[in-house]
Amino acid sequence: MGKLKLISDGIIKNNPTFVLVLGMCPTLGTTTSAINGMGMGLATTFVLILSNIVISSVAKIIPDKVRIPSYIVIIASFVTILQLLLQAYLPSLYETLGLFIPLIVVNCIVLGRAEAFANKHSVCDSALDGIGTGLGFTIALTVLGCVRELLGSGSFFGLKLIEGDGMLAFILAPGAFIALAYLMVIFRKVTGKKA
Amino acid sequence: MASKSNFTNMVVVLTSICLVCAAILGFVYSVTAEPIRQAEVAKINNAIASVVPEFNNNPSEEVFEVDGAQVYPAKMDTTVVGYAVKIKTSSFGGPMQMMVGFDNAGNIYNTSVISHADTPGLGAKMTDNNIKLRTELVGINPASVNLSVKKDGGDIDAITAATITSRSFLKGVDLAYQVFLKVQSQN
Amino acid sequence: MEYVIMFISAIFVNNIVLSQFLGVCPFLGVSKRVDTALGMSAAVTFVVALATLVTYLLQGLLVKLHIEFMQTVSFILVIAGLVQMVEIILKKISPSLYQALGIFLPLITTNCIVLGVAIQVVTNEYSFINNVGAANPNMMNLPQAVVFAVATAIGYSVALILFAGIREQLELSNVPKVFKGVPIALITAGILALAFMGFSGLV
Repeated sequence: MGKLKLISDGIIKNNPTFVLVLGMCPTLGTTTSAINGMGMGLATTFVLILSNIVISSVAKIIPDKVRIPSYIVIIASFVTILQLLLQAYLPSLYETLGLFIPLIVVNCIVLGRAEAFANKHSVCDSALDGIGTGLGFTIALTVLGCVRELLGSGSFFGLKLIEGDGMLAFILAPGAFIALAYLMVIFRKVTGKKA
Repeated sequence: MASKSNFTNMVVVLTSICLVCAAILGFVYSVTAEPIRQAEVAKINNAIASVVPEFNNNPSEEVFEVDGAQVYPAKMDTTVVGYAVKIKTSSFGGPMQMMVGFDNAGNIYNTSVISHADTPGLGAKMTDNNIKLRTELVGINPASVNLSVKKDGGDIDAITAATITSRSFLKGVDLAYQVFLKVQSQN
Repeated sequence: MEYVIMFISAIFVNNIVLSQFLGVCPFLGVSKRVDTALGMSAAVTFVVALATLVTYLLQGLLVKLHIEFMQTVSFILVIAGLVQMVEIILKKISPSLYQALGIFLPLITTNCIVLGVAIQVVTNEYSFINNVGAANPNMMNLPQAVVFAVATAIGYSVALILFAGIREQLELSNVPKVFKGVPIALITAGILALAFMGFSGLV
């Protein structure tokens, strides 16, 4: 298996958002603007890479039955570290993402990759898988954020393109669901994949 | 792959993972505690600087409390030039903290939103310094106007599609004004 | 009266799935049939109420020891343990209930509603629900926290069951091929969310 393929798989073939449909809560909840979506994606990537590395290196000594609780503790620790670092050095991002930062713990992508990939593969492969999946997630969130920001407030990465308010529904919940649905359809058309 | 589970190794492994994690977290916490505190102080100071006339003291050191609100006196060479009042209130999405600055005459010098949990793109527009809701307040005396949104018969333009946010914002300004009046009557 | 407003707010105005985006994964995953949706709703309501009660008390301890930063780790551990325990107890004392809810319980640990509500309860001030603009709002007290948790879970149940009903009908309709599965479900959820937006401003 090529190392590069591990990364590209996470972005296209197993894209966590468009193909696996995992981690929907932050996907919908934080993508009111492109920059927020990207911030959330990178935060999740940080946790994903580190937890994949640690879990793949300790998987052998963890008894099978306490596997899940051990993974959860490891993931939760990284999330807390992230929380503290953001609070200290990027307080404005910490505030925008709010509740969704601690909720990375229960993001099915992180635990899912630990269970499905990291505990069976080498540290190096797991790290690459973390990077790939994380990037796939970040790209999906950034694109969704762009679309919602453009339609909802008429701007692009905070840069105002159209005067006025735009279609407010796209900033709010209904627009999030509908924008994601159409992006998913476009993704399927482009990659020629079926659900 | 994973080793066979028995009671001893389950307890040992899980306990040691928890211990290691707790130790690491404790360490990260102690390292970040100071930057976090500084970031918070910087935020408050920025808010103060944006809502009162020019000053050269350190208002954070001379803070005092009135009715549960923090009052930061801004001084230019020991003469008070204005007060920044920090109000903790609640809005559409949850708790919100704001800073309202008054000059000596009781006119609003400026306002600033420190933290809030309102809908991005809607209620969150109150952090925009050019929003009408906030620019309209600059320089006026709260006693001279009806501090509520036009929909409620007041004099202030609400943020489009965010009436509740606008209402709580104005209530916060009013609360700050009451605190300011108290401060003034004490002097 | 306070509690009635809390219920209306949590179910219609601030519905946890349709306006706060928590618990979307199971919302899409177990909503193909109304009876599974019912089972999931019951299990979620039970676990959310129990978990909120325990984590609320735990938060008191964390604050006392000045280790609030351990919140995420300790909450998720307690929730995971609690879910396991409920599963074991249910198996022993009520096999029939276990039959009905059992398969949903392991799924609940990673349902962000449980952790989400637990954290919301200890950080958000309750007064925003009925008293916008109140000065110095306080943290919820224990009964308020539990009622809030139950109300939120019921809001989730209402949305889930409504959505499952729509999806059962959707099975029979002719959907363009690329929209099959998740995309059409998301569009349905979007329209449902649009309908729920009509309730905003109610309280």
